[in-house]
Amino acid sequence: MKNKLSRLAVPYIVWMALFVVAPIVMVVIYAFTAAEGGFTLSHFGSMGTYAVVFGRSFKLAFIATVICLAIGYPVSYMMSKEGKRFQRVAMVLIMLPMWINFLLRTYSWMSILENNGLLNRLFQSIGLIDLYNRIFGTSLEFFPMLNTQGAVVLGMVYNYLPFMILPIYSVIVKLDGSLVEAARDLGANSFNVFRRVILPLSFPGILSGITMVFVPSVSTFAISKMLGGGTELLLGDLIEQQFLGGAYNPHLGAAISLVMMVVVVLCMVVMNRFGEGEEQAVML
Amino acid sequence: MSKELIRLQDVCMAFDDELVLDHINLYFNDKEFLTLLGPSGCGKTTTLRIIGGFMTPTAGDVLFDGVRINDVPPHQRQINTVFQKYALFPHLDVYENIAFGLRMQRRPDPKDPTGKRMVKLPEEEIDQRVMEMLEVVSLKGFERRRPDSLSGGQQQRVAIARALVNKPKVLLLDEPLAALDLKLRKDMQIELKRIQQQVGITFIYVTHDQEEALTMSDTIVVMDKGSIQQIGTPEDIYNEPKNAFVADFIGESNIIDGIMVEDNVVKMYGKKFPCLDGGFAPNEPVDVVIRPEDIDIVPVEQGQITGTVTSVTFKGMQYDIIVDFKGFKWLIQTTDYSPEGARIGIKIDPDGIHIMKKSKYSGMFGDYSSFSEEYDELDDARLLDEEESEDEE
Repeated sequence: MKNKLSRLAVPYIVWMALFVVAPIVMVVIYAFTAAEGGFTLSHFGSMGTYAVVFGRSFKLAFIATVICLAIGYPVSYMMSKEGKRFQRVAMVLIMLPMWINFLLRTYSWMSILENNGLLNRLFQSIGLIDLYNRIFGTSLEFFPMLNTQGAVVLGMVYNYLPFMILPIYSVIVKLDGSLVEAARDLGANSFNVFRRVILPLSFPGILSGITMVFVPSVSTFAISKMLGGGTELLLGDLIEQQFLGGAYNPHLGAAISLVMMVVVVLCMVVMNRFGEGEEQAVML
Repeated sequence: MSKELIRLQDVCMAFDDELVLDHINLYFNDKEFLTLLGPSGCGKTTTLRIIGGFMTPTAGDVLFDGVRINDVPPHQRQINTVFQKYALFPHLDVYENIAFGLRMQRRPDPKDPTGKRMVKLPEEEIDQRVMEMLEVVSLKGFERRRPDSLSGGQQQRVAIARALVNKPKVLLLDEPLAALDLKLRKDMQIELKRIQQQVGITFIYVTHDQEEALTMSDTIVVMDKGSIQQIGTPEDIYNEPKNAFVADFIGESNIIDGIMVEDNVVKMYGKKFPCLDGGFAPNEPVDVVIRPEDIDIVPVEQGQITGTVTSVTFKGMQYDIIVDFKGFKWLIQTTDYSPEGARIGIKIDPDGIHIMKKSKYSGMFGDYSSFSEEYDELDDARLLDEEESEDEE
């Protein structure tokens, strides 16, 4: 019985082997071979050149993750306190943008943030820009918002926020209400109930939320290209250039990808070790 | 010793428009083991939650040591609760679970002359009190274990220790043994009684298991449909049930329609039986309770009444015999075997007969026509299930 059913997993295993394992193997092989063939470590030697890009990518992804957490946790927590119907509606609203293509969503942010885009026109009409000019003695016609790091972070937060909310919400909503009652019974006020019971028990959700926001943020290239205007090169852009762009050098691209993967995996391992105790406890 | 500690005054509780508690008046003495007993939905858990502070009554007052505490939140009451499914914190080990309440406590700083600055309890005191509690519940050596690595009985003890370590004046227990198997349940009953006597505080215990209630309690409060049916010692409740509901819920009873001819004489099946009750109007219709173990089987010619055995079940210590007396089936528990189909006579001593006033429960209980073991078990299972689903809300 069990064996027969497990055969159903065969297509997936094949899929994994072809499209997950094989590409990783290829990345590794590429990273260690020179364009002319033969083993080399030279690609890794040149990695220092890109330290700035690495730093910038991890910094922006980190900021975006912190913002997502700061927004996502309270939202998840408050949602779980509301009635069933409210929760359903809120969930649909959170998911709704994800039904639209990622590129389209990001394009619309471009037109919102443009120099004569929606936001700037709004600021002009309410006199915010004049006010700013008078206070700071500048003569701006608009706020330059597009093609900044801020715009890139905004794009990351906007696109990945649902991935923070969903796992945290699903952990909090399943939290046993009698634990909260027990804590109150034992003398904990609202703050301590949260601090000592709810927060530690929602740790697994926070961890997977962080992972699901941080990892794609580090490697994103469309967002930085569209909202960052390509001026602020990120890891994703750098890798893309090696494969598709003018800088064509798949071996270097593979090496950068490999280093990025290793750093991300290290981050995740450290973080999971940190939250292990809580995770275990809730796994039961 | 028996000083009044908690009083419920005309407490009513309604959910939506449904009255769950109907004018409950009840007081709890200091150092008493009191059990709220009743079927699911009778309001016993609601009563407990009102005392614990998790619900505010729709009407009426809750007094603690004479002070009204209706609006005092749970964390400011000198009351702690042992929850039905223990509600141990899964992210904390046994030690930290027990220490939880102590870590929440603040008290005036002894070094501060104004007495206004509040400080945490010192770590040494917490350690000492936790260790003391571990000893009380016989769990020394389990400090660093996680709750999920403990058996049900051990988790239960942790839950009790976690509540008692705060030195509450009252411990509330909401069906704490329901999830344990029979053997463990019996052990824990004795254990709980021992702990209660050792720490010397009031236990308010909620259960639907009459045997549990009889074993442990000083006082039993029988509830049904949001009202108190009877309050008394286990002996009182068993021997002198106030109405057919109590008689049926506590132990097995045959409940027969009778007429109180005069003091100490009751008429059943047209025959007069001597009894020890009085104070009824002449010829007042009454409910007569006869416990199955108070009936003697005798040869037909010596019997006060005669009937036919319809079924015999061997129960180890005794036989459960169902006897048909003119269409009304009695349960008799006896060590004497009588074969199915036999004609037998029965004799009941005057002290085996208990007379009750007619109530709204008359005629609903006490006939064993549909009696069978499966039936009873099904009933219990259903009761438990309902209890569970009640909790889900």
